[in-house]
Amino acid sequence: MMASGYNAKEEDGHHSGAPGNGGAGAVKSKKPDNTAFKQQRLPAWQPILTAGTVLPAFFVIGLIFIPIGIGLFVTSNNIKEFEIDYTGIEASSPCYNCAQNYSWNSTSSCTCKVPFTLEQPFESNVFMYYGLSNFYQNHRRYVKSRDDSQLNGDLTSLKSPSKECDPYRTSDGLPIAPCGAIANSLFNDTLELYHLSNGTRTAVVLMKKGIAWWTDKNVKFRNPGGNANLTVAFQGTSKPVNWRTPVFELDPNDPDNNGFINEDFIVWMRTAALPTFRKLYRIIQKKVDAPTLASGKYELEVSYNYPVRSFDGRKRVILSTISWMGGKNPFLGIAYITVGSVCFFLAVVLLIIHHKYDNRCSSADIPN
Amino acid sequence: RLSHFGLGGDESRVDSRTIYVGHRPSTTEAFIPPKFCDNRIVSSKYTVWNFLPKNLFEQFRRIANFYFLIIFLVQVIVDTPTSPVTSGLPLFFVITVTAIKQVSSAGVFSCKRESKRSVGDVVEVNEDETFPCDLILLQSTRDDDTCFVTTASLDGESNHKTHYTVPDTEKDLDSLSATIECEQPQPDLYKFVGRMHIYKTDREPEIRSLGPENLLLKGATLKNTQRICGVAVYTGMETKMALNYQGKSQKRSAVEKSINAFLLVYLCILVSKALVCTTLKYVWQSKPGQDEPWYNQKTQREKETNLYLKMFTDFLSFMVLFNFIIPVSMYVTVEMQKFLGSFFITWDRDFYDPEIQEGALVNTSDLNEELGQVEYVFTDKTGTLTQNNMEFIECCIDGFQYKYRDAVSELDGFSATDGPVSKLQEKAGKEREELFLRALCLCHTVMAGVDGMEGCPPPHEQTGFIASSPDEVALVKGAMRYGFTFLGMESKKMKIMNRSNAIETYDLLHVLNFDPVRRRMSVIVRSKSGDALLFCKGADSSIFPRVRQEEVEKIRVHVERNATEGYRTLCVAYKKLSPEEYARADADLQAARLALQDREEKLIAVYNQVEAGMTLIGATAVEDRLQEEAAETMEALQGAGIKVWVLTGDKMETAKSTCYACRLFQRGTELLELTVRTLEDGVRKREERLHDLLLEYHKKAVQDVPPTKGWSKPSQDFGFIIDGASLSMVFNSSESSSSHYKNLFLQICQNCTTVLCCRMAPLQKAQIVKMVKCSKGSPITLSIGDGANDVSMILEAHVGIGIKGKEGRQAVRNSDYAIPKLKHLKKLLLGHGHLYYVRIAHLVQYFFYKNLCFILPQFLYQFFCGYSQQPLYDAAYLTMYNICFTSMPILAYSLLEQHICVEVLLDNATLYRSIAKNAMLRWVPFLYWTLLGVFHGLLFFFGVRFLFGNPALQANGQVFGNWSYGTIVFTVLVFTVTFKLALDTRHWTWINHFVIWGSLCFYVIFSFFWGGIIW
Repeated sequence: MMASGYNAKEEDGHHSGAPGNGGAGAVKSKKPDNTAFKQQRLPAWQPILTAGTVLPAFFVIGLIFIPIGIGLFVTSNNIKEFEIDYTGIEASSPCYNCAQNYSWNSTSSCTCKVPFTLEQPFESNVFMYYGLSNFYQNHRRYVKSRDDSQLNGDLTSLKSPSKECDPYRTSDGLPIAPCGAIANSLFNDTLELYHLSNGTRTAVVLMKKGIAWWTDKNVKFRNPGGNANLTVAFQGTSKPVNWRTPVFELDPNDPDNNGFINEDFIVWMRTAALPTFRKLYRIIQKKVDAPTLASGKYELEVSYNYPVRSFDGRKRVILSTISWMGGKNPFLGIAYITVGSVCFFLAVVLLIIHHKYDNRCSSADIPN
Repeated sequence: RLSHFGLGGDESRVDSRTIYVGHRPSTTEAFIPPKFCDNRIVSSKYTVWNFLPKNLFEQFRRIANFYFLIIFLVQVIVDTPTSPVTSGLPLFFVITVTAIKQVSSAGVFSCKRESKRSVGDVVEVNEDETFPCDLILLQSTRDDDTCFVTTASLDGESNHKTHYTVPDTEKDLDSLSATIECEQPQPDLYKFVGRMHIYKTDREPEIRSLGPENLLLKGATLKNTQRICGVAVYTGMETKMALNYQGKSQKRSAVEKSINAFLLVYLCILVSKALVCTTLKYVWQSKPGQDEPWYNQKTQREKETNLYLKMFTDFLSFMVLFNFIIPVSMYVTVEMQKFLGSFFITWDRDFYDPEIQEGALVNTSDLNEELGQVEYVFTDKTGTLTQNNMEFIECCIDGFQYKYRDAVSELDGFSATDGPVSKLQEKAGKEREELFLRALCLCHTVMAGVDGMEGCPPPHEQTGFIASSPDEVALVKGAMRYGFTFLGMESKKMKIMNRSNAIETYDLLHVLNFDPVRRRMSVIVRSKSGDALLFCKGADSSIFPRVRQEEVEKIRVHVERNATEGYRTLCVAYKKLSPEEYARADADLQAARLALQDREEKLIAVYNQVEAGMTLIGATAVEDRLQEEAAETMEALQGAGIKVWVLTGDKMETAKSTCYACRLFQRGTELLELTVRTLEDGVRKREERLHDLLLEYHKKAVQDVPPTKGWSKPSQDFGFIIDGASLSMVFNSSESSSSHYKNLFLQICQNCTTVLCCRMAPLQKAQIVKMVKCSKGSPITLSIGDGANDVSMILEAHVGIGIKGKEGRQAVRNSDYAIPKLKHLKKLLLGHGHLYYVRIAHLVQYFFYKNLCFILPQFLYQFFCGYSQQPLYDAAYLTMYNICFTSMPILAYSLLEQHICVEVLLDNATLYRSIAKNAMLRWVPFLYWTLLGVFHGLLFFFGVRFLFGNPALQANGQVFGNWSYGTIVFTVLVFTVTFKLALDTRHWTWINHFVIWGSLCFYVIFSFFWGGIIW
């Protein structure tokens, strides 16, 4: 079947006819060595593509890819995803007022409540994302505006951050910790979820740990001088200008989630690839007896701190279940099905061509 | 003032040089010694001092190197997304490797010094020494004031030439006082004009004219003469040999030119990409809130920078970001491939010649692939196609064939040989046989020397012979085998020993010398019995009209058969002159010789008159022994679509028969001849005749030939023959017609399967090569030769090949490749050349492809990151992509690939045509690879773009960031380009397996660790 063969060429036959070289080889000869490598006679596999190999390969690829694609597509479709935009651009939007009256200086946050209904219950773990649009986290000036060694707990970098952080390097003569544009623009809306059933309003428990990458949390991000006594450690530094609280008060209750190793902070610091992105915000653990989120009415309570109107941005909240291949994403399934179908189609076309050509050949051979 | 001295009067040169021999001019005048150059030939390009700047300059003249230098400087100066190291390091590497390679291969610092000789010195040269500079022969130890030299290393003629001393010079050179006036140095080997004033104490100065026969050229060797003395006239770089030596310039292969063309295309792509991005960036920024959103403020310095300066630096930044599209590593890989690849040529055992115990030699590795692109082969004849070893093969007497065979010749070869194969008993009469043999013994200008023992002759061939033509020697030796031995000449008496070992003596009355127009020579001798006999030998065409016609037919058959077998044939005729006839001939000859005007014409008229009404006795066939497998090699080359031109300094007849023997000319080939002989029709001037002939041949070979498509065989083969004199007429005729003639000549030549150029001076050979090289389509030329006379054409051609022959090593030293034998040319071109071309063509296309689909996603990413020059890939990946992840498989491929086995390539010469004219590096394949690269690049980028429609791609719901995006694109990229190469590999050795799978493994392992850091 496989139209190829192992072509091991025998070492060339004409052994040195020169009598001088016949002896023990003591005579130094300029005659090139007779090695397979030097004579370019290494044994080699020489594949030749023929109908006999190409056709089955195409069929096999088609037959493997189509089921995989269907599997991926079905998996993706089974994922439940719910998305609400709470930017507050439209006057009807509950957050319209907050968006309109936003000012950097206000100390108290504006709160708005966005009601929504889940038609279907969400089983297993539910992941809560916030999403931003038209936010260029991948802008070069933005991406490089951080000091990784500062974030890793380096004490010198803490006091004198890298030049890359400019113009978010110092504030009032004090070094900013964490410095840079990324940290400065940390997403600071607070999102809370309430289940409305039978007139009661129960808060949904949101897990705020396990949202950051393990390597980030344990390797790349470290507090200077350990997790204890962050106030002391960060003395002599200034908070980023846009922040309300200093870094050591991001989560005062949990020393394992405070300072640089605060997971919300870490998630934000992982810059998104595209200007429309989502970031993991909270996890809703599945319940044993009931669906994680039963169908029904819910309310999203937003403390609206993050301005996006100036750059035409949008803010969203996404609730999604997850499969083994991540969130809802029909692309892979479609891609597999497409490639598989193309292969299969080509295989059929080639088979027909091959068949016809073969016939001509044999019929031409008969008269001879 | 020199011009009125008879020698070549029209060759007057305004300035001449005056050389003082043995005295100083009158002491009263202030004597300023004229400055002549010293006897030193500088042939190297660099000295220790100028190496670094000159080499760097040479290297940065390369468009690519210069470009990388610019990019590097931009990276140093401007704030760019990637660090200067990413392009500085590879550039440094390329420059260093190239410089080292040039140092090691070119023998950079060599400078040949000769012993100190200056113009005017009297030089003594002993037998078998070469002349150290151009000398005027003053004194010879031979009695007849002659000396013999061989100019094999100058023009390829290995016969002995006679040179004469200046007549009547003092025997005692110490007391010689003379001045020599001669022309300024010029390259023509066969021209020299000068005069010598000899001062004697109490007499008027004598004036002698000097011609080429008095001049001994540097590089020639003294033969059969014990010692000579001469005065140096040209030294060092002014010798005729040095003037014929052209400087070695760096050769660039056609592939490199293609690379440069592709590079320009990619440079345009690069610049337009950068322009598009810069423009879009400013369009995008003009929208409110985009340029400087609250979360991403500019620094103070950025705000203050001038807008136009910012645009410019943005443009440069984009250039730097996309500069990987022009792969610096391609040059590294190409250099390495060439360097390492040339070892396989050196290592090839098929090129090993047990005789000289050497294999092939590669002087430059830049041209490996050029060997696969050759369209014209210019070959030398002597020593290259032939061994220059004439041998008597057979003769035919009265239409009966006599074939000499070693086996039966023990006692009396002649009587034992078989007659015509069919009629064994029939033989020519004994009388005829003996007459024929006497003719062979007498009709020649051979001298019997006692000292020059040649080869290992049969017992009775004791004597060595010296002649100006090696086939005369072959004839005399042939006669000797049949029992008639030429013993030599003593005071105008020729002595021969006949079969019964009796000595016969003949008075040599006249020699009617050979000339290329008459194409025959005769002697008139008087036998013991007092009869005056004329023996004549010459080319069939010049003999047949002059003999009685009834004899011609039976001999013509033999002659024609022999000629097509590639033997040199000569016909022998004789005539008995009655005393009256002789007396008249003698008188006419004497008169003609003394004529002052038109001496040549008169002589020829007399010759023609005397050589008439002869009787044809027979014909001879002499073989100029070909090199091993010369004919097969030439056939293979022609099968491969290569046109073979033979350029030789030798005579036309010899060269023509060699062409027949090599099957370059075949029975059906129509020969178009443009030589002194065809130009000389006695009626019109040469120029007019040249014009007519050129037009006639052009009509025949170019206009009347139906246009053939592709490589199909034309209905009629044409062969073209031209000699040096005609060639210089073509080249040097009056201004207006010169280019026209050249054009006609070129067109005729290109339509002929084989062109033979004979009687070429070395520089003329180079001229021909240059003419073809510069013709339309600039075909790739290859010159092959073995002697110093071939050096100029070896240097001129795209590829120069030297044969490690017997004639010194000049050709080998100046060649690009040297092989022991002509037959090795076949494998060098059809095997190695073909493979290297395919390898490097694929290498180049693949490199452009893999860098295009490498950088295209990065370009597309700009549309999604606000045109901010954000790199898609991590810096480590950017740097290592070409160096580590994808370089080894293609390097292994480009060294080991054999898409077709060498054996098959050698057996099917036509396969060579499939890659002719740079087939794999033309625009169509380039477009294919470019489109493939674009397609793959789009697929990589947008595939991942859609995948990132939801960046939560893990089972724990966590999302991917921008570096993950780049890494995914990069991973797909590395795997795809590696698999693409794997698909194209037709020859999987373990090395290919190792590097292909090894590269992928290395990438995976590296990413595993590196990803942990950047993710």
